[in-house]
Amino acid sequence: MRSQSLDAEGVKADFPILKKKVHGKRLVYLDNAATTQKPRSVVDAVSGYYTKHNANPHRGVHQLSIEATEVFDESRRKVMRFINAARFEEVVFTSGATDSLNLVRYGWGSKHIKGDDLIVLTIMEHHSNIVPWQLLAAEKGARIEFVGITKEGELDEGRFEELMAESPALVAFTHCSNVLGTINDAKKLCSSAKRAGATTVVDAAQSVPHMKTDVQDIDCDFLAFSGHKMLAPMGIGIVYGRREKLAEAQPYRSGGDMIKEVHTSGATWNDLPYKFEAGTQNVEGAVGLGAAIDYLEALGMDRVRQHEEDLLDYALQKLEGAPGITVYGPKRPSDGAGVISFNLGDIHPHDIASILDEEGVAVRSGHHCAQPLIEELGITAATRASFYVYNSREDVDELMNALAKARRIFCI
Amino acid sequence: MSSSDIYRELILDYYRNPRNFGKLDPHDIESRDSNPLCGDEVEIQVKVSPDNKIEDIRFHGKGCAISQASASMLTELAKGKPLEWVKELSKEDILKMLGTSDLGPARIKCALLSMKVLKTGVYGYLGASLEDSDR
Repeated sequence: MRSQSLDAEGVKADFPILKKKVHGKRLVYLDNAATTQKPRSVVDAVSGYYTKHNANPHRGVHQLSIEATEVFDESRRKVMRFINAARFEEVVFTSGATDSLNLVRYGWGSKHIKGDDLIVLTIMEHHSNIVPWQLLAAEKGARIEFVGITKEGELDEGRFEELMAESPALVAFTHCSNVLGTINDAKKLCSSAKRAGATTVVDAAQSVPHMKTDVQDIDCDFLAFSGHKMLAPMGIGIVYGRREKLAEAQPYRSGGDMIKEVHTSGATWNDLPYKFEAGTQNVEGAVGLGAAIDYLEALGMDRVRQHEEDLLDYALQKLEGAPGITVYGPKRPSDGAGVISFNLGDIHPHDIASILDEEGVAVRSGHHCAQPLIEELGITAATRASFYVYNSREDVDELMNALAKARRIFCI
Repeated sequence: MSSSDIYRELILDYYRNPRNFGKLDPHDIESRDSNPLCGDEVEIQVKVSPDNKIEDIRFHGKGCAISQASASMLTELAKGKPLEWVKELSKEDILKMLGTSDLGPARIKCALLSMKVLKTGVYGYLGASLEDSDR
């Protein structure tokens, strides 16, 4: 199987930014859960769009407008294949996962959630899968319950099932925690929620980039993710919606291109997915996302996942063998994505991140936009290292060397 | 100067053994703030003398070494000074106090949090005093 494994050094060579020196050191980029770097092919695809095809799609009858429409639709088809959506119209372009979740909140939630409805979330959500529902609940007088985690950092499935017995109207959960790396069994959770009569929303911002994701197998109603966390440009994202659910949702934004007819007396909506895509779209972003999907498919998503599991396994061994380190979340690589949050003694994560930065090692520190989870863990902040296709064991070694420096400075 | 050069003996000593750490009762000024990026928190309490000087000052809080050492050093610097001195405090004064010329945009907020807290408290107090004398 080793011959099948991903060649991280070869992959690294495809990413121009990884040749950059930071403070005179080789850049070791371990902040992939925040955003990923872009391969040359994605940069070229964006640039190629502007040098070859740029025009406003869906508008003109001239050649360039037709080409812009074609490349835009081609990217949608790539996304559709990548997540195995059943239909073209179930894939809606947004500006990112946050925008996607807001589309569900305004488009579907505002229309269907009523007073006294129950919304079930988990404690491991990113703020972007908490705040929209809090606002919706406040608007409608609905109630929110959070499912907690076990001490191993796994979802408390017993509590989840208890809440399903209360017939929630909406269940929104993360497929993969951006702090703990915990992978939730989305298929099982959606199945329980569906039996309970709930509409399901999966935040897949940390899963789609890292593992094969099949929306038909998961059988969710909505699924949200961002392009920039999977090698694509910032400002492009996706909300997958089951056709019936999208059909019963109202437009989230209104204006040009999302309409069928507009008269002084009113307007009718365009067909799916265009009903949700008001105004001129981010075609360069969509083209970049298409190129990113091509890149990932050429690597193979199974190999991507295997590579991250290997790195996680290696990093967990190194970190757990180092003095003063506390790792949060699942300890078995098969249970987690390539995300490790930890603390070193009582050194504040921002001090650690500053010292690591001096060594060229980029990590995230703080509450990772998941304050309820950070509180649940009984800490105020953590340092997070997160991996992607271009990271290697040498990168983990550099992380460990830099942590040793932090330990020396703080005398731990 | 690079940001990690800040992690010198002096700063770490103030972080490990903060001077003027704790609470002050009674106090005339109480002010707190946090830095949403880092989650640093600093609260400062001040006892003001009849001639409007900082008679005594304490801080408490939690956060990174830079924010907490900076708060501790600021309380030492401020003790005995007139309240007007606080109004004149600048970013440059804080950097000088920390013995550095630059911290970079990511960490400067940590260093300046305690100054912001003290200024907010003193401005509020002086505002309140002015209103009293107006009556």
